[in-house]
Amino acid sequence: MNSQSNPIWSLVFSFGVMSLFAVGGANSAIPEMHRVAVEVQHWMTDKQFADVFAISQLSPGPNVLIVTLIGYSVAGVAGALAATLAMCVPTAVLAYCMGRLLTRSSHSPWPAMIQAALVPLSIGLMGASGLILALTSDRTWTAAMLTAVVAALAFATRLNPLWLLLAAGCLGLAGVI
Amino acid sequence: MPPDSTPAAIAAPELPMSAPPSLIALFVAFAKMSLAGFGGVLVFARRGIVDQQRWMTAEEFNGTYALCHFLPGPNVVNLSVVFGSRFRGIPGGIAAFTGLLGPPAVIVTFLAALYAHFGEIDALRRILAGVSCAAVGLLISTVVRMMMPLFKRRDLVGLAVLAAVFTAIGLLRLPLPAVLLAGIPLSIAITFVKRRRAAA
Repeated sequence: MNSQSNPIWSLVFSFGVMSLFAVGGANSAIPEMHRVAVEVQHWMTDKQFADVFAISQLSPGPNVLIVTLIGYSVAGVAGALAATLAMCVPTAVLAYCMGRLLTRSSHSPWPAMIQAALVPLSIGLMGASGLILALTSDRTWTAAMLTAVVAALAFATRLNPLWLLLAAGCLGLAGVI
Repeated sequence: MPPDSTPAAIAAPELPMSAPPSLIALFVAFAKMSLAGFGGVLVFARRGIVDQQRWMTAEEFNGTYALCHFLPGPNVVNLSVVFGSRFRGIPGGIAAFTGLLGPPAVIVTFLAALYAHFGEIDALRRILAGVSCAAVGLLISTVVRMMMPLFKRRDLVGLAVLAAVFTAIGLLRLPLPAVLLAGIPLSIAITFVKRRRAAA
């Protein structure tokens, strides 16, 4: 993988494989994205990874578009396109096939059973995402406090998450973090 | 995270379903949902498909979503393909897929270019530092919300599987495919045995 000269192929390969293992959605694959982009391929630093996650949460659209940002930082617009398609097309094809298959035999107990079995796995993956992102973002005590306060507010209230993100951005600009 | 089991369209149960959408209508509808969706498109997808366009009933939507959640990959992307192709075959799937991903991907690429040029500016760095702390907090609150049903059911086996995956990926930093190739069959076997015992 490392010996390949063209970074586009390395993006396509990494995200294409990841796509099929992202149980529970894009946020479950964040530890793997971090492992590949920061630790294995050295496409970006910890700080850049945290930034890219922040930008993806601030932008409209599905969370999976974090791969667009990673792709852009590796190989510009072509990289952004390649990473996005590699992450979305394999599972889209799989979804198409399963969608056709399962409308015919919807009384089988297996889909519900597999789904139940995947729930704890995907929560564990998202928990790991939270940990890895906290380690990259929360470099100071005040930063860790801010994360804890936002987590508590988002858990206990029905505030629109966008307001919390914007408020934290203002705190950051004011130099509190 | 809103409870996905509650149908949102109770107010008007007997309104007739709309005609199947055209390709352009699919593209536009998914582009709108996607651009409205900050931090998750699913809520907007339900609102658009079930409440506004009446292309599906709430039950049909839940069934389709359940299928997409059990498949790997971004759930809403899967949903767009399954939904679009149900009405208009493969072209419909492609129309919904490109509507969902195309417009926001253009915006995100633009933001990526801005970041590449201005990412080193001090003010921007400070803003992003604040935003990323909050974004992590949001993710953690989602995880805790998702864990609550397991605690309420005292699902010790589920919590053990959860902890094992968390340790393998978060602490040991093992590669995802290896962990899941071991974890998925194991978790399915455990669930199978548990349901058998519950039924017996």
